[in-house]
Order: sequence, then C-alpha cells, then structure tokens
Amino acid sequence: MKLKQLSLFLENKPARLKTPCKALADAGINILTLSLADTQQFGILRLLVEDWEKGKRVLEEAGCVVNVTEVVAVEVEDRPGGLASLLDVIEQAGINIEYMYAFTFGRGDKAVMIFRFDAPDAAIEALQQSGINPVQSVTLYERSR
Amino acid sequence: MAQHTGGSGRRFHPLSAPDFLPRGKLELLQLYRLQETVHRAYANVAFYREQMDKLGVRPEDIHSMDDIRRLPMTVKTDLRDNYPFGLFASPMREVVRLHASSGTTGKPTVVAYTREDVEVWTEVMVRSFVSCGLHEGDIIQNAYGYGLFTGGLGAHYGAEALGATVIPISGGNTDRQIMVLQDFGVTAICCTPSYFVHIIERARELGVDIRSLPLRAGVFGAEPWTEAVRKHVEENANIKAYDIYGLSEIIGPGVAIECEQQDGLHLFEDHFYPEIISPETGEPLPDGEEGELVLTTLSKRAMPLLRYRTRDITRIIPEPCPCGRTIRRIRRIGRRSDDMFIIRGVNVYPSQVEAALLEVEGTLPHYQIILTRSKGLDEMEVQVEVTPNFFSDRVSELENLRNAIARAIEHTIGIRAKISLVEPHTIERSMGKAKRVFDKREG
Repeated sequence: MKLKQLSLFLENKPARLKTPCKALADAGINILTLSLADTQQFGILRLLVEDWEKGKRVLEEAGCVVNVTEVVAVEVEDRPGGLASLLDVIEQAGINIEYMYAFTFGRGDKAVMIFRFDAPDAAIEALQQSGINPVQSVTLYERSR
Repeated sequence: MAQHTGGSGRRFHPLSAPDFLPRGKLELLQLYRLQETVHRAYANVAFYREQMDKLGVRPEDIHSMDDIRRLPMTVKTDLRDNYPFGLFASPMREVVRLHASSGTTGKPTVVAYTREDVEVWTEVMVRSFVSCGLHEGDIIQNAYGYGLFTGGLGAHYGAEALGATVIPISGGNTDRQIMVLQDFGVTAICCTPSYFVHIIERARELGVDIRSLPLRAGVFGAEPWTEAVRKHVEENANIKAYDIYGLSEIIGPGVAIECEQQDGLHLFEDHFYPEIISPETGEPLPDGEEGELVLTTLSKRAMPLLRYRTRDITRIIPEPCPCGRTIRRIRRIGRRSDDMFIIRGVNVYPSQVEAALLEVEGTLPHYQIILTRSKGLDEMEVQVEVTPNFFSDRVSELENLRNAIARAIEHTIGIRAKISLVEPHTIERSMGKAKRVFDKREG
C-alpha cells in the first residue's frame, strides 16, 4: 500500500539538481516521478524509483543526504471534481496532507496522485472504507514500463 | 616486556613512573631542571641573555619555583623575529630534527630537537598513550599529518616505543583510512577531532559501521574541541575519545593528556612547567583561575623556551585525580585567545557557536562562520551542513530547525546570526586543523 519515497536536500543554487540525477542515471535507475519543494534558501527533491534501497545507496554514495518517507499512491478520476471527492474522504477522517504531487503515468480516465499524509495508515483505511483502493507499488511500477 | 596488571586491570608502563611521583620529589626535580634550563638559555641564546640582562635577573637568582616570575616571557613573534635558528641553544651538529609550524602569514616558526629531546618527546607520547589505556599489542592508525607538522612523527615515535603496531597512514584519503580501519584490526586512531568526525560521516555513506570494528580509542588533538563533539564521536564510533594537547614550540603533541577519567588533561610537569596568567595584564593567576597557559620547558636542550605564552585559555585543576597521577591537570582547552573575533562589539569564540549548534538535536559539527559588513553593520552567517539525522522531507521542519539553531546561538552569544543550511560536503574538510571563521569584513 505504502510507497517508499526518497527525499534529498538541495541548496537553492544553480546546477544542484544535476548531482543526484546523474548518480541515479549512472546506476541505471529510472526516476518514475519527482517533485521539488523550494524555499528561498533550500529545496527538497522528492522522488520515486522502483528499487528505493538501491537508489538510496547510490545517492548516499554520491554524498547526498537522503530521507525515506512513506507515501500513498491513489487513483483519481481524471475529470473535474475527481480530486475534490477524494479530499472529502481525507478531510472527514481528520487526516492532514503534508504535500501531494501527480504521478507521471495515468491510465485511461484515471490519474495517479502521490500523497504524504501525517497518518498514512489511517488514510489508507479511510480511503478503503470509501471504496477507494490505493495503488499497489507493483502495479504502479509496471505501469511505467 | 612484562606487563604488570594492577588490581584495577590497568597496565603499568615503567615510562609512566614520573606521572606518579610524590609532589615533593616532583617539585625538587622541577626546580633542578628549571635552574639548568635557565643557565643553558642564558649561556647559549642571545635573545634570552639580552632579555634577562634587561630585567636584571641572572641564572643564579632562581632559588625556588616562584622565582620563575622574574624571568622574561616569550611570545610567538619572538620565534618569528629569530627565524630560522636564532633561539637554538645547541650547535647544529647536535640537532637531529627540525620541524616547523604552518605559518598562516609570513615565515613559519622553526623548532629543533637534539637526540635527547626526541627521547623526551617519545617518552611523553608513550606516557600519553598509556594514559589512554593503550599498550603493547595495540594497532594504532596514525592519521596525523607526517612532515613538518609535529603531529605525525610525534605520535609515530611514541606508538612504536610503546610496542604498538603503527600504521603511518598520515592525513587524507578518507576512503583508504576507512578501508584500513576495517581490514587491519585497528584498535586506536590518532588524528584531529574534526577529521575523525569526517571519517565517521564518510563511513556512514559507504555503509561501514565503525561501531562494529575493534577500534576502541581515539587520541584527538591539535585543535580545540568540545564535550559535545566528544559525545558525538564516542556514540557514533563506539570508542573512548581522549583529548591530547601539545604545541610544536614546546615539543609537539604530548604536553598534556587525559586519563581514563576524561576530566582534565594531566600536564607532564616534570618536563613542562605551567603557569596561568591574565591574558590582558600578564600577571600570574592562582591555581583554579582561568587564564592563558604559559609553559616553560624544563628539559629541552635544542630550544629551551622560558615562559612561553601559548594563547590557549584554561585553568589548572589543583585537586588530585582519582586515577592516582600526581602531575596536575589543566581543563580542556575550549578556546584560544587569538581565535576570538569581535562582532558588533561582542567577543565571540568559535567554540561558543559550536556548543550552541550541538545543543540542537541532530546537528553535526560541520559548520563555518562567515563575517561580513553591510552598510557599516556586522553580519554573522553560520553555515551548517544538513545531516541524515535531522533532514526531514518537510519544509516546515527544516525551517523550524533553522530557527532553533538561530535561537540557540542568540541565547549563547546574544547575537542573531543568519543560519544557512548547506548540502553535505560543501564545507571544506580539513585533514588537519579545521578553519571555522572567515572574516570578510573590510576596513
């Protein structure tokens, strides 16, 4: 249910993105999706790769500070209001979304969103009770092949 | 060599005997050696003869240790002014070794050793290692720089004379240091504390757990370091971290060392006589008061120094140590009087900033202080490297951390600093002494 996301600390300076991306490229690791949070002084690069353990090792050997976070992937109807109805469920369960971003690959009429909840297990339970099943990692990674 | 194990399980080394001399005998020895040193300096070093003549004091005037106050003081610039060999008391043919300090500005200061001086140096290094619980059979990785710097060869001679196996790896090439730590069964390491912090960090990146290795002791010196760094090193490497003190002008490493109590450094006072003075007035202070450490060499032949002002701030601990050594202790050197910088009229030592930083959970001692002046106002920026311990994927947590660091610094020194979080390895690693302060203010 839960996916392991890698987060990296970056200084907000030119060319800082290159080191981690090149390290992953040299190790033959494909970035499935990523999102970048930035402030005036620093940024946090969040990314999903299929083999997160290898990805973490490669990035750490390249001297990056890597944090592993559990996130949840959820299919969202690709139509107006699709996301809003899902957010209703989360709101009613009293769960906070730390941040979210879109997965690169959708399927048909469905898009996939990645969520960082403050309580991922409670969020999964609330979603399932409303008939929404989070996407399994295997399915997600197959989709990107 | 026979190993004597006392009831406490500690091994006694014959060279350590002077550490336990009854005070009366030690003081007699000090006086005898001081008289000899003063005679030697007066007879052979023009600089000291002139200084003593100016003060109207003759070698025969030294009747007790208190008379040391009648002698002239020596400062670092006296060594530069007499560059290269002006303070030598031995003819060059008796000098078997020269070392030189890293002169950051201008000429370095040169120091000399006769064969007897090298033997004394070796002896105090053996006594230092014994004090850290090392003995014959230990495998010592010596990561102090070999060369003109006294650290490398000083530790090397001592470790060999102790009967340990020495790995003369010198400083630098951190990946190789880690490989040797893993593969050679190393039980003790010698280097600067900041370099060992770097080794720990690099080992973690390489997936090597230093805690699981046979390494059990670190002998760290050549720069001031804090209790917080000791805690960090001991926890992350599962070793005992000992502070060693020395300076090339006096002999090199091996002037003072901690014992198993890790509560102050025993000064080898049978060879180096300590006084504490007020750095402002130069007046001697009583035992227990904090001030500048002044050292007189009691057995140096090639280059005796009288009342050398070290610029290091400490105090003498007069109380006896539970370890049984009778030689007195000094407090760990937290700061040097010349490390201080003044910002907006406030005196600040880098060690204060370091202590404040380490109060904040998870931060590492990789930092630097940058001083700038903008529109006549001093600005202080503290750059801190992000570590896996405190890196969060949430912006808010990182911002909270910056605020917590800023508050801790403000609380300690009363100045609001700009805190910048920087990527790992962006602060230059020193293989020797770390440079912490970059003063870019002009005028």
